[in-house]
Amino acid sequence: MKFSEKWLREWVNPDIDSATLAEQLTQAGLEVDAIEAVAGDFTGVVVGQVVSVEAHPDADKLRCCKVDVAGDELLSIVCGAANVRQDLKIPVAVVGSVLPGNFKIKKAKLRGVESFGMLCGASEIGLVDNVKGLMELADDAPVGTDLRDYLDLDDVSIDVDLTPNRSDCLGIAGIAREVGVLTGCDVTQWPQETINEQSSKTFNITVDAPAECPRYIGRVIENVNVKASTPLWMQEKLRRSGIRSLGPVVDVTNYVMLELGQPMHAFDLEKLSGGITVRAAQNAEKLILLDGQEVSLTDNTLVIADDSFALAMAGIMGGEASSVTDDTKHLFLEAAHFNPLAIAGRARAYGLHTDSSHRFERGVDPALPRIAIDRATALLLDIVGGEAGPITEAISESDLPETEVINLRAARIKRVLGITIEAEQVEDWLTRLGLVVEINAEGWQVTVPSFRFDLAIEVDLIEELGRLYGYDKLPETRPQGTVLTTDISEHTLATHRLQSLLVDRGYQEAITYSFGDPKIQQHLAVEGEQAIELANPISAELSVMRTSLWPGLIQALVYNLNRQHDRIRLFEVGRSFSGTNDNVEQHRQIAGVVCGSRYAEQWAEKQRAVDFFDIKADVEALLDLGCEENIRFVSEQHPALHPGQSARIYQGDIAIGWIGALHPRLNKPLELSAKAYVFELTLAAVLKAKVPSFESLSKFPAIRRDLALLVNTTVTAGEIEHCLNGVRSDILKSIQLFDVYSGAGVELDKKSIAIAFQLQHSERTLTDEEVDAVIETVTETLNQQVGATIRA
Amino acid sequence: MAELDSQLQALNDIVELAKQAIANSETNAEQEAVRVEYMGKKGEITAYLKQLGKVSVEQRPVIGKSVNLAKQEVAGLIGTRSKLLAEAAMNAALAAETIDVSLPGRGEQIGGLHPVTRTLQRIEQYFQSIGFQVAEGPEIEDSTHNFTALNIPEHHPARAMHDTFYFNAETLLRTHTSPVQVRVMEKEPPPLRVIAPGRVYRCDSDITHTPMFHQVEGLMVDENVSFTDLKGILADFLRAFFEKDDLNVRFRPSYFPFTEPSAEADIECVMCNGGGCRVCSNTGWLEVLGCGMVHPKVFEHVDIDSEKYLGLAFGMGVERLAMLRYGVKDLRLFFENDLRFLRQFN
Repeated sequence: MKFSEKWLREWVNPDIDSATLAEQLTQAGLEVDAIEAVAGDFTGVVVGQVVSVEAHPDADKLRCCKVDVAGDELLSIVCGAANVRQDLKIPVAVVGSVLPGNFKIKKAKLRGVESFGMLCGASEIGLVDNVKGLMELADDAPVGTDLRDYLDLDDVSIDVDLTPNRSDCLGIAGIAREVGVLTGCDVTQWPQETINEQSSKTFNITVDAPAECPRYIGRVIENVNVKASTPLWMQEKLRRSGIRSLGPVVDVTNYVMLELGQPMHAFDLEKLSGGITVRAAQNAEKLILLDGQEVSLTDNTLVIADDSFALAMAGIMGGEASSVTDDTKHLFLEAAHFNPLAIAGRARAYGLHTDSSHRFERGVDPALPRIAIDRATALLLDIVGGEAGPITEAISESDLPETEVINLRAARIKRVLGITIEAEQVEDWLTRLGLVVEINAEGWQVTVPSFRFDLAIEVDLIEELGRLYGYDKLPETRPQGTVLTTDISEHTLATHRLQSLLVDRGYQEAITYSFGDPKIQQHLAVEGEQAIELANPISAELSVMRTSLWPGLIQALVYNLNRQHDRIRLFEVGRSFSGTNDNVEQHRQIAGVVCGSRYAEQWAEKQRAVDFFDIKADVEALLDLGCEENIRFVSEQHPALHPGQSARIYQGDIAIGWIGALHPRLNKPLELSAKAYVFELTLAAVLKAKVPSFESLSKFPAIRRDLALLVNTTVTAGEIEHCLNGVRSDILKSIQLFDVYSGAGVELDKKSIAIAFQLQHSERTLTDEEVDAVIETVTETLNQQVGATIRA
Repeated sequence: MAELDSQLQALNDIVELAKQAIANSETNAEQEAVRVEYMGKKGEITAYLKQLGKVSVEQRPVIGKSVNLAKQEVAGLIGTRSKLLAEAAMNAALAAETIDVSLPGRGEQIGGLHPVTRTLQRIEQYFQSIGFQVAEGPEIEDSTHNFTALNIPEHHPARAMHDTFYFNAETLLRTHTSPVQVRVMEKEPPPLRVIAPGRVYRCDSDITHTPMFHQVEGLMVDENVSFTDLKGILADFLRAFFEKDDLNVRFRPSYFPFTEPSAEADIECVMCNGGGCRVCSNTGWLEVLGCGMVHPKVFEHVDIDSEKYLGLAFGMGVERLAMLRYGVKDLRLFFENDLRFLRQFN
């Protein structure tokens, strides 16, 4: 809600400056977003009248004018505006005046002709933006008067960002009422116009939807002169509220809406047939709106119709066909009360948002239509003349909002707000807000006026009291609540432990969007995986939910590769999304992407490219944090990964992630210029932690035995490990693979694998026989299961 | 007597020669040679002793004492020289091993957390220290939890203000972390103290809006919590977060369908200390969070007796706090993941 401060001060005039007024409004919950001067910063501009216009001897587009500014003589001013003409009244910046931007007007020569000033357009004095041509003043504008005085420009527009509950402040009168309460000042009485009804003409009104439209008031005004111009004061008030002047009839309805908060509409009576009916639209019923847009209505939309067609979308926007034009002779003026629920969401469903729908969907005082229609009638009779007929009203009392009566308990005020407010103060504030207060046993019985749609329950009133007490004056206290126990489970790691580990290993954390480009996603998805699509994405590039964190991380990788980084290590923690709309899986994942050299360039290490085992070590470190055993890296194919350098990660039999080199064929579609390695793990699996269990320390020496084994090259370390895990022995404490070799001295299809075994007994020194027995079992098992032989 | 003198002189000469030899020895081996030459079984001093027979009985004790002294002196000198040589050798070895300690260390350099995570961790740490547990909820939410249960019925203007991303009429990307409040209250009875950090989404993208951002929701439900407690908790938090004990915090009435009374909290502008600047649009104040007392309708939805229990709730934008804390000027930087940006928070 934007309004002129001077207009507000016609209603309530506290002895405080604009800044203080704004501060008080903000502190009361009517947040002031902006205070702007209603005109640019200028001086010395006066009302002038063009006395004569002659062509410029040397320029086609310039004219030489004589201008009367009530000075000693006429001023010669050269002007380029198209609308300059004799007798026109315009703002004149005389020599010595200063226009916005500190633009000083001096005597000048334009193409050889002397000019003593400048005729101004509205944009040149900062009234509106981007309007060409001279500002045409009214014929009765007094020549020589300072324009700031004439237009009363020493004023500001205050823009209040109203919360949706305060529909009662969507009019100057409402804001004034609030300011009255805040400052204790008297507020001007509402305009109760008495209309001299000179005609008896009425127009029939039927309301078929009384629940949605409990009150509809209409009035005919005949023989109006729509060519009359809107008075300057009204144009200025509208302009300062951000509304363009569109002719006297529309201006008056807008003016009343701004003043009282009641949206209104005027129809061209001659374009209506039969009578007015307020009814639900028929499905697919067509209506061309005032803005020229044709809409196809649905039956949850309320319309104002005549006997033939829908004329207007009730409470939202009028129709083109029945609108007031330059040829209109007779008006049918409407002021109605619509149930907020009948309007809410409707405008939006058609892609509309109007001053009217904004008000009706928040709630407009049902008592207003009568006051408003008389106010508008009086203004119209003044401006466009005509004869007003009597009011016709269709009303369904039972459908009007019920008067709310609320019990307010003194004890509850203290419990909610944390302070005690004196009873007298409570009564005073509530009364000033327009509420009717009666004392009862626990506190008060409060009756809510019809303009406050936001007051229905006790806490609504408590909020009002807190607001008027001043949130700033309330003390800051510390809760005296129940002491709650804290979870200190050792079975789960904190996510930040994983983040710290990767950070310590040189990774930079990234946060990428949870939605992305389906094309990029497709390249990186497991076969058959369908991404969940947004119904209303911001763009095609952000239209599907990610099924993996890789797309975002790879995009971040590419972004940085393109900015002269070549060694990049990124990770992210976040959800990935799969399944269908009705059955969404949204698990948290931890994923990384790495490219470039193993270490940042440094003097002490030879440069080498990062490889699979470097990032495998990072992944193993993550998995080791929780000490979970049973982790296996199994060579499996992933469409996005290098077939020879990819593994699926299992915890027992459950797949918990992937690791590998990105498939080189993706470099082109992903615009990737480096070899990249990626991993992704289900966060929940990595967060599982084992609670340590103590085992006695042996006092006896451990024995190490090394075995060099020959196996086929196809046998994997994982298979050997799996095989060794099957060997049961109490004294075999650890097994460590320490060398893999193929080449000279080893058959072509074989490789040599060296393994160290640590054996130890907890209660005595081991004998050679015991150790030999275990090693024999090991070699036999390896021989049987993976065909390993001892290397000679 | 002349005999004795010449005998002693001879011993003295031997000692003098030994001293020179010791002083000239440069290695352990040379030293050993000197020791053998003078102190060994066939050494000069031993030889000298052997010829003591020629000395008179009266003179013997005198000469014997001198020999012992000479032996001690030579042995002592060898020991001293030996220590000196060892020290020199050590010093030489150390000198040879000297490195340029100003060269950088070897290996991996640390990375860093995203500034949003860094901020989230501080917020979580603060609230955990005053007894709040961290809760989580889904990001793909149903409209019941995101809106209806929070007293935002269909067609409520507040819904339109949320710029929601939808999958279908019922399923959406949560527009705030407030639905986690509802989920927590559905599962657990009061008293409750939780915060819910996480990603939220709004269908809006321009200089000051990204379609995804982070919030932290807070909820405390107990028999006696009040609006003044809410003010206390949040003012304490903001002062701790910005590490400024005298930070001015102001509460203004506002409106959220799920709290009443509702408020927005402003802090004195941390860029200009309240003096007025571009960041605070010359108001001296910065809006940092929304809060209020849990609305009875919200309690009703989760079957909590609003006569018995009161709740306070708050929600804050993490990027907003991070921007103010670290002076970041452009919100969009948070999601570009430019290493030059990210590394500033390492």
